[in-house]
Amino acid sequence: MESVYKKTQREGKVLFSSYKRGEGIEKALKLGREDILYELKISKLKGRGGAGFPTATKWMLTAAAKSDIKYIVCNADEGEPGTFKDRVLLTEYPEIVFDGMVIGGYTVGAQKGIVYLRGEYEYMLSFLEDYLKKMREDNLLGKNILGKKDFNFDIIIRMGSGAYVCGEETALIESLEGNRGEARNRPPYPVNTGFMGKPTSVNNVETLASVPKILVKGGEWFAKQGTGKSSGSKLFSISGDCEKPGVYELPWGIKISDLLTIVGAKDTKAVQVGGASGICIPESQFDRTISYEDVATGGSIMIFNKSRNMLHILKNFMEFFVEESCGQCTPCRIGNVKLLEGIEMIENNKFTFSYINQLKELGKTMQVASKCGLGQSSPNAFISILDNFKDEIFNPGKNGGKYVR
Amino acid sequence: MLVSERTSLTEEIERLVEQYGKDRSSLLPILQAVERKYRYVPDFAMQEIALQLDIHPVEVYSVVTFYSFLHSKPRGRNIVRLCRTIICDISGKENVESAITRELGISFGETTPDKKITLEYTNCLGMCDQGPAMMVNDRVFTRLTPEKAVEILNEIK
Amino acid sequence: MEASMSDKSSTSRSPLSQKGHTIQKQEDLNTIGGSISVEINEKKVSVPFGTTILEACKINQIHVPTLCHHEDLCVAGVCRVCVVEVEGIRTLQAACAFPITSPIKIKTSTPTVRKARKNIIDLLLSEHYGECYSCIRNQNCELQKLAEEYGVDKYTFGHVTKPKYETDKSSLSVIRDMSKCVLCKRCVRTCIDLQEVGVLEAVHRGDQTHISTFMDKPLADVICINCGQCINRCPTAALHANDPSDEIWSAIDDPKKHVVIQTAPSPRAAIGEEFGLGAGHSMTGQLNTALKRIGFDAVFDTNFTADLTILEEGTELLLRLKSALVDKDPNVRLPQFTSCSPGWVKYIEHFYPQYLDHMSSAKSPQQMFGAIIKTFYAKQAGIDPADVVSVALMPCAAKKFECNRPEMNSSGFKDVDYGLTTREMAKMIKEAGIYLPEMPETTFDSPFGEASGAGLIFGATGGVMEAALRTVYELVTGREVPFKNLNIEPCRGFEGIKQASVKLENVREEWKFLEGVEVKFIVAHGTANAKLVMEMLKRGELNDVHFIEIMACPGGCIGGGGQPIPTSEEIRTKRAQAIYSEEERLTVRKSHENPYVKMLYEKFLTDGPCGKLSHKLLHTHYVKRGKYIA
Repeated sequence: MESVYKKTQREGKVLFSSYKRGEGIEKALKLGREDILYELKISKLKGRGGAGFPTATKWMLTAAAKSDIKYIVCNADEGEPGTFKDRVLLTEYPEIVFDGMVIGGYTVGAQKGIVYLRGEYEYMLSFLEDYLKKMREDNLLGKNILGKKDFNFDIIIRMGSGAYVCGEETALIESLEGNRGEARNRPPYPVNTGFMGKPTSVNNVETLASVPKILVKGGEWFAKQGTGKSSGSKLFSISGDCEKPGVYELPWGIKISDLLTIVGAKDTKAVQVGGASGICIPESQFDRTISYEDVATGGSIMIFNKSRNMLHILKNFMEFFVEESCGQCTPCRIGNVKLLEGIEMIENNKFTFSYINQLKELGKTMQVASKCGLGQSSPNAFISILDNFKDEIFNPGKNGGKYVR
Repeated sequence: MLVSERTSLTEEIERLVEQYGKDRSSLLPILQAVERKYRYVPDFAMQEIALQLDIHPVEVYSVVTFYSFLHSKPRGRNIVRLCRTIICDISGKENVESAITRELGISFGETTPDKKITLEYTNCLGMCDQGPAMMVNDRVFTRLTPEKAVEILNEIK
Repeated sequence: MEASMSDKSSTSRSPLSQKGHTIQKQEDLNTIGGSISVEINEKKVSVPFGTTILEACKINQIHVPTLCHHEDLCVAGVCRVCVVEVEGIRTLQAACAFPITSPIKIKTSTPTVRKARKNIIDLLLSEHYGECYSCIRNQNCELQKLAEEYGVDKYTFGHVTKPKYETDKSSLSVIRDMSKCVLCKRCVRTCIDLQEVGVLEAVHRGDQTHISTFMDKPLADVICINCGQCINRCPTAALHANDPSDEIWSAIDDPKKHVVIQTAPSPRAAIGEEFGLGAGHSMTGQLNTALKRIGFDAVFDTNFTADLTILEEGTELLLRLKSALVDKDPNVRLPQFTSCSPGWVKYIEHFYPQYLDHMSSAKSPQQMFGAIIKTFYAKQAGIDPADVVSVALMPCAAKKFECNRPEMNSSGFKDVDYGLTTREMAKMIKEAGIYLPEMPETTFDSPFGEASGAGLIFGATGGVMEAALRTVYELVTGREVPFKNLNIEPCRGFEGIKQASVKLENVREEWKFLEGVEVKFIVAHGTANAKLVMEMLKRGELNDVHFIEIMACPGGCIGGGGQPIPTSEEIRTKRAQAIYSEEERLTVRKSHENPYVKMLYEKFLTDGPCGKLSHKLLHTHYVKRGKYIA
């Protein structure tokens, strides 16, 4: 576990740039709520979990909701296969994450911030608790923060218990309320009816971490980074067949091929962008860019070289979804099983093309009819891998069937 | 479960309810605390928690069975969870897996006869840049090789 | 007489997990934003703010298929069968769960929508074990209906050939066949939210998700109260009642056996639904004929022992009042609870055992009848009680459990052999080749064929209270209750908890201690409301209340767990109306005026109500069960 707690020198224009703890909070208190929202708005910051909802809008709606009690929730349930950026942010840059939460609390009028930390990250807990304790000692949390009268805000950490679906914001809220992590019907949205029925803004770790930087350096500066629709920078969790896996801060709009060069990937056959729920990009499309305009992602980049068996990869993803579906809605609960069975049929050479096509159509139904993002995105890999790697999958003999794994 | 064990469990749950609040939203932290101590949530504890939070036992059971890190049946004193998600899978998980099962003489999902170790799979641990990875209780070990994995197990054995 | 109504929100509580987070509907359309105009299938319509898409479609005669939706229950939005397109939203939306808060454009039948629904039905069928023709819900299954509506002619995604779960037949009342479950969670919402019993929940997750009990124990071993409300709301045959009709047929076919059936009022008001009639047709006379043709040796009216119950329970109440007011006995418990609902009995045994002393010791009418048939009746008819098979046609699933309670043997035999539901009776009638609505009307057999209207109205929530008040008031004052046509309106209607009082003035000499006493009573139905009442009692808020009627099922017996499926407030209302209008046509409408009841006390129970013999035969005791699940 070399990278945990150890502050390695990382390079990056936004998140990995220098920052003094509390700097963003000070700036925020100086600006006031409206100006914070203005800066966020012109920064065009979008949610970094993957869905890309404008943060300024989310905070504005939460701020506008009528209630004495409101919550800011930091979604640290990083469970997407191939994602570990939050691990790095929380252990190496907790100052920007927690400052971001404090600023969020101030902006929306919340008194309490809750970090929903995935169960797998329990080893971080004492480190983070100590960090919060120090913030309290330095009046970055608690009553009248940094002398701002009546600005009272504190943060607690709640652990997840091993359920990928709790990364979905309403499932996360259900989990916080002591329930099964089953996504809610929307509307109403959490900004109105969230944790304990109160207005709640659920933000990704990276989103919150971006906020203090935006306030310190200005929304306009932030918006200039990246591309038109994709402002700022993005943290990428790079893993798989490459020389230098790890977390990288790179500009939005980067070409996949350039990214592969940076991380030392050779002989690459496929890049799975966005984790198991993302899409699989074949070599012929490596000139596509990572951005909201083209291939959007929460930052998981998994690289597979030519020795890898795409069907095996797909099967691994589908096994993941069959187990991690919360099981409440029909398309996701049964649909994923059917897709997995289809893969097994292909493996055993007991399939018909017409049935596989029927399964792809089922996948499209799942994409639109599932209750939450899990079932809506779980068929992505199925559809994109079967489409993009037809030859390998349906003509396994052609390559001599020689795949390592 | 002995009466004395039940009494102490009841008192423990009372303390936890006091700490986290007599509200359903305290359910997960309470269950996590019980699980941390006993490595599972005993049947009696589930009923006691239900009673104290004024919910139904089946609701507690429902929640326990939903989450991978909560269990309703007794397990070993140490929990070893090997990541089986794709990157660990292609980074040598298979060899680690067979080394571990050979060494412990049990399959995944089982507990050693001396109740020291329970072997499980887990989904992505967020250590894909350092795979293969496994969790031993709440500690994470990365860049496993078959030898290294066996060494770690021997330490807790 | 003054009737004060308690707050109306008694059915809106639910644990958070089951709560549909929906938007409050604005009933007053004249307020700003009170109504919203939307477009459904290109037709402009106006609906109240917060109306769901499903409701909006329904008002406008647009059919949207549903499965997990049930109007008695909170929103789930899990089956996804009701998905529709909303312009501007990429994904399809569940019509049942989408509250309209802005002027949206909805399309209910696009190619994407139709394909999605078909896919979803195909998926459900792929996991649904069993064949329709060998299913108890054949022709009355919502999944079957959906398959028909969407033209399913093959199993697109395969079909399970082996059951995934073993059928749980442990319960005397409810059988769970989870291989037929479609995970709509209606039973969960019924058990946890509607009834507050909390026996069923979804357990595990992903493809392992299924509905189960605490620690997957057999239903008989958990704290199920056998109300069977889950059965009434199950769209398939995953939940059904424990059916004794084969045994009953054998008894009928056995010439040595004398098979007696008693019929309760609620099945009579509902059984027509099983034969294609709308709700609200009382079939008492036709049913009598059908039962005799089937081969029952005697057909009796449970209302007879309902009258008996009133005399026993009413006397018990007066005795308790006397002990409390005159003797100042500190051990006497008031308010007294009714005890005729076996679901309620088991509920209080599990959840509030410390209050069992409040329960009337009077048996339910079913069990009183059982005890009388195998004693008085057998002797009169010159039949060996060992040869008598006593069947009870009930609207109830819990009656099956009740008749099997070990203490129910005061006749020296099992007092009632079988509890049969309305649904099972209809099945037997059909098996016998009888079309019920065509039957001529006949009367019950004597001597237990005559009953008062007071017994009849036991079927609806408030009925026992109304019947008891008619008798108690008259016994004490010598005058009829001061209500027009004897209809005690404050007892009627489906409000969750009703509270009212009646003042006793100018009482008879022997009841002098009751002069000026204002008898306060409460009527509640559905165990969720029972819980509210019990909590009020616990907090000491009911110290001045004398009598409380509780029925385990929403609506009372007419909404019982053995009644025809489907159920809804509308259906229950019609069944209740059928009972009340039949009642008003009767000449004898007070239990104490039932001539056969008088005869019974003269000839058999000679030491009168709550006397020694009646205590032996007509009263019972309860078990402190508690909540702990061993």
